[in-house]
Amino acid sequence: MDFLRPASWEEALAAKAEHPTAVPIAGGTDVMVEINFDHRRPEYLMDLGRIADLREWEVGAESVRLGASVPYTRIMENLRTELPGLALASHTVASPQIRNRGGVGGNLGTASPAGDAHPALLAAGAEVEAESVRGSRLIPIDAFYTGVKRNALAPDELIRAVHIKKADGPQQFAKVGTRNAMVIAVCAFGLALHPKTRTVRTGIGSAAPTPIRAAVAEEFLNAALEEGGLWDSGAAISPSVAREFADLCSGACNPIDDVRGTASYRRRAIGVLARRTLSWTWESYRGTSRGVEGVA
Amino acid sequence: MPNGTPTRITQGTRITRGAIAKGGIGESTLRPDGALKVTGEFAYASDMWHEDMLWGHILRSTVAHAEIVSIDTGEALALPGVYAVMTYDDLPTEVTHYGLEIQDTPVLAHGRVRHHGEPVAMVAADHPETARRAAARIKVEYRDLPVLTDEASALAPDAPCIHDNRTDDHAPHVPHPNIVHRQPVRRGDVREARRRADVIVTGEYVFGMQDQAFLGPESGLAVPAEDGGVDLYIATQWLHSDLRQIAPVLGLPEDKVRMTLAGVGGAFGGREDLSMQIHACLLALRTGKPVKIVYNRFESFFGHVHRHPAKLRYEHGATKDGRLTHVTARIVLDGGAYASSSPAVVGNAASLGVGPYDVEDVDIEVLALYTNNPPCGAMRGFGAVQACFAYEAQMDKLAKQLGLDPVEFRRRNAMSQGSLMPTGQVVDSPAPVAELLRRLKALPMPPERQWESSEGTDVRQLPGGLSNTTHGEGVVRGVGYAVGIKNVGFSEGFDDYSTARVRMEVVAGEPVATVHTAMAEVGQGGVTVHAQIARTELGVAQVTIQPADTRVGSAGSTSASRQTYVTGGAVKHACELVREQVLERGRRTFGASHPAWSTAELLLEDGRVVTDGGEVLADLVDVLGDEAVEVEREWRHRPTEPFDRHTGQGNGHVQYSFAAHRAVVEVDTELGLVKVVELACAQDVGKALNPLSVHGQIQGGTTQGLGIALMEEIVVDPRTARVKNPSFTDYLIPTILDTPTIPVDVLELADEHAPYGLRGVGEAPTLSSTPAVLAAIRDATGLELNRTPVRPEHLTESQDCWLPDIAG
Repeated sequence: MDFLRPASWEEALAAKAEHPTAVPIAGGTDVMVEINFDHRRPEYLMDLGRIADLREWEVGAESVRLGASVPYTRIMENLRTELPGLALASHTVASPQIRNRGGVGGNLGTASPAGDAHPALLAAGAEVEAESVRGSRLIPIDAFYTGVKRNALAPDELIRAVHIKKADGPQQFAKVGTRNAMVIAVCAFGLALHPKTRTVRTGIGSAAPTPIRAAVAEEFLNAALEEGGLWDSGAAISPSVAREFADLCSGACNPIDDVRGTASYRRRAIGVLARRTLSWTWESYRGTSRGVEGVA
Repeated sequence: MPNGTPTRITQGTRITRGAIAKGGIGESTLRPDGALKVTGEFAYASDMWHEDMLWGHILRSTVAHAEIVSIDTGEALALPGVYAVMTYDDLPTEVTHYGLEIQDTPVLAHGRVRHHGEPVAMVAADHPETARRAAARIKVEYRDLPVLTDEASALAPDAPCIHDNRTDDHAPHVPHPNIVHRQPVRRGDVREARRRADVIVTGEYVFGMQDQAFLGPESGLAVPAEDGGVDLYIATQWLHSDLRQIAPVLGLPEDKVRMTLAGVGGAFGGREDLSMQIHACLLALRTGKPVKIVYNRFESFFGHVHRHPAKLRYEHGATKDGRLTHVTARIVLDGGAYASSSPAVVGNAASLGVGPYDVEDVDIEVLALYTNNPPCGAMRGFGAVQACFAYEAQMDKLAKQLGLDPVEFRRRNAMSQGSLMPTGQVVDSPAPVAELLRRLKALPMPPERQWESSEGTDVRQLPGGLSNTTHGEGVVRGVGYAVGIKNVGFSEGFDDYSTARVRMEVVAGEPVATVHTAMAEVGQGGVTVHAQIARTELGVAQVTIQPADTRVGSAGSTSASRQTYVTGGAVKHACELVREQVLERGRRTFGASHPAWSTAELLLEDGRVVTDGGEVLADLVDVLGDEAVEVEREWRHRPTEPFDRHTGQGNGHVQYSFAAHRAVVEVDTELGLVKVVELACAQDVGKALNPLSVHGQIQGGTTQGLGIALMEEIVVDPRTARVKNPSFTDYLIPTILDTPTIPVDVLELADEHAPYGLRGVGEAPTLSSTPAVLAAIRDATGLELNRTPVRPEHLTESQDCWLPDIAG
C-alpha cells in the first residue's frame, strides 16, 4: 500500500488522475476501520490532511459551501442556524473524538446507507462539488447515491465540498440506535420545511440500499399543505394527514433484516420518526414550540 | 526483562515514629494503579516489547464444523520475514489438548474444527503485518460437517458426537454424549406440593450470549530462556492454572515455565481459560526468539469463551397467602464446542436455580450442551445470572396472579439465616434478603418527566438521548425489583486455596511489609486490599506489593468473588504468623525489660509493639533490627463437598452473597427504546474492606447486568454457527450515557466464617440488575418479555415473532 500525501488540491487531483484506485483519507474514521478490519487493502491511500481548504466553509446567500473535511464538531458549533438538520445529525455521529476528525466528505465518499449526514443533506437539499483534472461539476444530492456504498463520482474525481441550502424553515433529524450514544443507525430520518418554496423534503437513512427521499410522502404532504392553505394559516396538521405521511414514509423504505434490526422494525420506526419530526417542525413553524435543550 | 512488565508497587505514606498508621481495612485507600490507568500510562500486556521479538499470529477456522482435508503452509513459509509456521503436526509432545476441567481443547485443530474461529495454524514473523499476511497464505481445505446449534440438533439420535470417545468424569453419567454435564437438584415432593398450590405459573425464557468485553485484548510475550525453559508475561486470571495446562504441552517441567502477570485490562471470567499462552510459548521455543501475540478486537471475540446462552423453563406454585409451594426448572446451557468451565456453571445454575427463597419442594434439572456454537464458560455471575433472570420473572408473574406487590411477595418467601438451600445446605450466615428489598422499596423515586425544564425538552433525559427520537411522545415509566443469590469461592469439593508470602523488615529506618502472591490483579483492586490487610495486621504504613508470578504458590483464580476472601485470607494468615515471629523475637530481646512481654496480649500498631491496654513496649525497628521475618503459607476456607449426581444434595458452597436492585426506566413504547433512569442496588458485603472499591464493584456489576438486559449479545447465525457481530460496532456495551444513577446501599453483616466477616462482592450485583431492568420494562409496557437482551423490535412488534422456541 502506497501512501500519497499531496500538498495542494491540484496535486491531489493529479495524483487521483494518475492513480484512480487511490482511496482518499481525511479524518480516517471510515477508511481506517475498513483497513483495520481488513475489509479493504487499497493500492494507494491518499492523505488529504495537508489541504487546509477542505476544512473551511463559506456561508453564501443561498447556501453553505462546506469543505469536505470540516469536522462534525465544527458544524455543531458554527452552523446550527444555517444547517440545523445537519447540525442535529452531526451530534449523533459516534463519539466526540470521531466528531473532531470525521467530516461530511467521508460520509459521501463511503456512501453507506447508515451515514448520519445523508438524511439531513437530502432533506435540506444539497449538491456535491466533485472535481478532477478534467474539471469541476456539481452533482445533485438526489443523484449522488447510486447503490450500496456506491456514489456518482468518477474514478478520477475527489469531493471538494458540498453546497447545502441554508435553512429557510425548521429542520429536524432523528436517529434510532440501540444505545444512547456511539451507535450506528438502525434507521434515521431527516425532515426540512421549506416555506419559501412551500415544500417539504425528507431523507431516510439505513432503511434502503441507499439513502433516499420519501418522494411520494413528500408529494402527498406538499399537496395536503397547499390544499389546506396551511402554509398561510399556520393551522395544525390533522392527525390523519400526519398518519398518512408517516405511512408513506414507511412505504418508501426498502430495508433488510440484519444484526442491528429487522426490516419490519425499521419500516415502522421510520413512520414514527416521520410523524414526530413533522409535528416538531410544523409546531416550530407555527411558532408555538418551545426550545429543545441538549441538541445542536 | 522486557519493557512494559509490572514492577513492585510500594504504597502508603512514610510515617515518623509515633504517628498514626493509616490505610488499614475499612478505609477507602486509593488504588496504586488508578491514576496510571486513567492517564493512559499503565503498561498493559499489549504494551510489552522485547528486543528482537517476533510477532505471532493465529489462523482461525472460517467455518464452524468441518473436517480438515489438508493444510498447505508452503506459501506462508516462503514469505520473507516468516520464522515459523506451525500446525497440529508440529506440536512437540503427546499432550496436545488443554482445558480447565476437561482437557478437550486442541492447541491447534487436529483433523476437525468444531467452532467458528478455532485456531488451526500459527505463524511467527518479524512484523505483525507479515505474520498476518503469512497466515492468510496458509491454505486450509475444509469438508463441511453438519452443524449442531441447539438442543434439538445436538441431542438428536443421529447427531454426530462433538467429542468422540470421551473419558472425562461426567461422560459415564450423561444421557447423551453431547451433554457435557447434567445436574439435577431434587428435594421434597413436587407432585404433592403442586396439589397445595392455589396458583401455578409457568414460563419459558431465553438468555442471549453475553461477552465479557474487557477492553484490554488478549496479549502475552514468551521469552525463551537459556536453560531450555520459557518466561511468559501474560494477562490472565490465574497463573498457576495456566501453568498446569501449558507445561505438559511444551514438554517442560513446571519450574521451567516461569510466568509473570502482565498488565490486565479487565477479565470478568474471560481470561480464566487459556488463549494464546501455549501458542506464544511454542513459537518462542521453536524460533529461539521472544514472541509476542496480541489479539485485535475482532480476534478477541473468538479468543475467549462467552457467557452461556440459556433456555430456561420454570414452573412456580404458591398458596393464596403468597407462600411458594414448589419450583421446577429445566435449564439448558449452550456450552459450545469445548467444555471450558461448563460443568461448574451447571452446578451453580442447578444449586442456585430457585433463588434466595425458602421452598421445600424443588425439582431442577440443568444441563450444558456440546454444540458447534462458540465455546462458553466463565463470566461474572457464572450460571447464577441466567437463572436469576428467569426465576425473578417468575416471581413477578406469581405476584401479579396473586394480586400481591412484587416486593411483598418476595419478602414473604425470602430466605434468611438458617434457611435450607434446595441442596440441603444450611445458610449459616446472615441472609438479609427481605431487608435488602425493604431498603430499596423505601428509597425515594427519581422525579417524573425529568426531561421537562423551563428551557424546553432535554433529550438527554429521554430514551434515544441525543439521537433525538422523542420529546416525550410515547414515553412511559416503569419500576421493577429483583434479588439474587450467588456463591462465593470455588464449590463442589474443589481445593480452593491461596498462598501468600509476607516479609517484614526495616528499610531506610522504617518497618516495611512486602506481600507476594500470585493473585491476578485484573482491575478488582486486590493490590490495594492486600496492602490494607498488611497495615492492619502488622502496624506498618508502607507496604510493597510484589508482581504476581509463579515464584510463589498459587493464589487461585481471580473469579467467583473469591480473591479478597481467599487470597486476602491468606495474606491475613501469613501476616499473623509474621506477627507471632516478630513478637517472639521481641520477647527474646526485650522480654526481660518489661513484664507485659510475657503477660499481655500484644499488638503491632503504628510501627510499634503495644499491649492491648495501649502501652508501648518497643519500636518495630528495634525489634526487627537488620533481620527480616518472612512467612509463606497456603490458606483454605472451610471445605465443600460435591453435589450428589442424582439428587443434587450436598454442602456444595462456601458462602452466599446477596444483592437486590430497583430499576426505574422510561420506555418509548412506539420505538421500543429504553432509558434506565435509576438502578439502585442494596448488597450485603459482610465487611467492606475498601468501601470505595466495593461501590465500584457494585456499580460495575450493575452496569454489566444492564448491558445484557438491553443490548449485549453475541449473535450467532443459527444455520452456520458463525458469529455475526465480532466488533464493538455491533456488539454494544453501555456507554456513560446509557448508565443511570446507581445509588448503592451497603450492608455489613459479618459472616463469622470469613476473614474480617467479609462476603465476596464482585458478582452478586450482576445477577439482579438484569431482571430488575426487565421487570421495569414489563411494568411500563405490559409485555411478557421472556428474552434478554430486549431489542427495540421486541417492544414494538407482536410477541409471536420472537417467542422462544424451546424443545421438549
